[in-house]
Amino acid sequence: MTLFAIDWLLFIEKLSLIIIIIFASLGIALYMTYGERKIAAALQDRPGPNRAGPFGLFQPFADGLKLIMKEEIIPNHSNKALFILGPALAMTAALMTCAVVPWGDKVVLFGRTIALQIADINVGILYVFGVVSLGVYGIMIGGWASNNKFSLLAALRGASQAISYELAMGLSLIALLMLTGTLQLGEIVKQQQAPGHLWNIAYQPLGFLIFLVTAFAECNRTPFDLPEAENELNMGFHQEYSSMKLGFYLFSEYINMFISSVIMATLFFGGYDVPFLDESTLTPNIAAIVGIVALLIKVVCFIFFFMWVRWTIPRFRYDQLMNLGWKKLIPLALANMLITGAVILWLHK
Amino acid sequence: MQALTNRAKEVDRRQMTFLESIYLWNIFKGMIVTFKHLFKKRPTIQYPEQQRTFSPVFRGLHVLNRDEEGRERCTACGLCAVACPAEAITMEAAERLPGEENLYREEKYAARYEINMLRCIFCGLCEEACPKDAIYLSETFAPANYNRRGFVYGKQDLLIPNPKTEAPELAKAKGIH
Repeated sequence: MTLFAIDWLLFIEKLSLIIIIIFASLGIALYMTYGERKIAAALQDRPGPNRAGPFGLFQPFADGLKLIMKEEIIPNHSNKALFILGPALAMTAALMTCAVVPWGDKVVLFGRTIALQIADINVGILYVFGVVSLGVYGIMIGGWASNNKFSLLAALRGASQAISYELAMGLSLIALLMLTGTLQLGEIVKQQQAPGHLWNIAYQPLGFLIFLVTAFAECNRTPFDLPEAENELNMGFHQEYSSMKLGFYLFSEYINMFISSVIMATLFFGGYDVPFLDESTLTPNIAAIVGIVALLIKVVCFIFFFMWVRWTIPRFRYDQLMNLGWKKLIPLALANMLITGAVILWLHK
Repeated sequence: MQALTNRAKEVDRRQMTFLESIYLWNIFKGMIVTFKHLFKKRPTIQYPEQQRTFSPVFRGLHVLNRDEEGRERCTACGLCAVACPAEAITMEAAERLPGEENLYREEKYAARYEINMLRCIFCGLCEEACPKDAIYLSETFAPANYNRRGFVYGKQDLLIPNPKTEAPELAKAKGIH
């Protein structure tokens, strides 16, 4: 079925995959808000939301409804176009990252083999980095367009924080890329799946640690949530936002957290690989489902970790944040890179 | 300087070493602490379903008492209003008419008896002042209301159910089922 030199079945296949993944990410982000509140409560010896539905399971919908029903306010002195662009950009950038993540191996449906990845491009990690840096524009534009000094301060902080930590993040990944020799995420997972090859965390523990810390900073999560420091900046960059625009900002943050968990699982914890299981002995469809479940379990563990950290450590001061980024993490990442390079040379890999 | 107690600890002002300055070990220790809280018993009381019992000496909302035959005990002497430090009580006296002997115990009764629950400090002095055992503080508290007027409790809010004619309601109010 080829028309205008386009394989329409492939088009439909990819389109449905995109729709499924976007809605799945949104649904997961929705329930992450619930998880966040429940975990926060558990860590503080409280029961958490438990009124809306059984165990409070409808709470995210109640929260969403509340946000939608709120009055939409656009400040008079704001730059209206940019004001609307800010949350849209934050949301788009957050969702765009899903495109290169391998969610599972191939499934066979209606006689077609479908790869559970929207695009296995050979610059996968670079693409992720590019899109993640776009997310900063959402914060910057939102903070700038609000015409509020607190928002602007928060946006500046957010931008400088993101730039500082992206450096360490990139450097920590270079060491990993020297091992894998490829930027393609699907290929990186396949390498970790191969028999006799451990997950990358075993070869790059320090790299993973640095990546984890910088991922916290990139997601603006505590202890690096300076753009949203309530006690110094009222609410941070989204102070002037209300209704669903605010919802988009909050939501994009959860999606970012989800995606960075997926990326960490993919790069360091074998992606959809199940440990001690040879996937080739299963039929492809079952192997794919097992793989997706394995990936989701890893992601849930990471998300729990994100929340656990949030309710443990207080926020860093701005100078501590910059010190940690520039004076501690970047030298560590450089050292990690040098050691990895030396070991690779020494082993003649 | 001489310390007052032996609990004082001197602050360690040494420079942090590199490992300390990336905070990981201390963060890890903190996370162990929070993780232990996951398994702790939660002291929460699920309020509307579960309620904490008040102590028997709790001073809550007032009730106006009746005697065994269901007659109001209050004679509108005004001692409670005098005793009240918050001036929350007002009343109007009236004379019992012939044929009302089953309603009021003595010749004089309170035609109007109001307590402003926003003024009341629940000290219980009215209870102590009353010579007729007519006013008591119960073990409940005033529920929320939408306007001030709703907090001025009249006789119909304060009087206990008549033991003769409304025995089940009285039992329910006393918490006997």
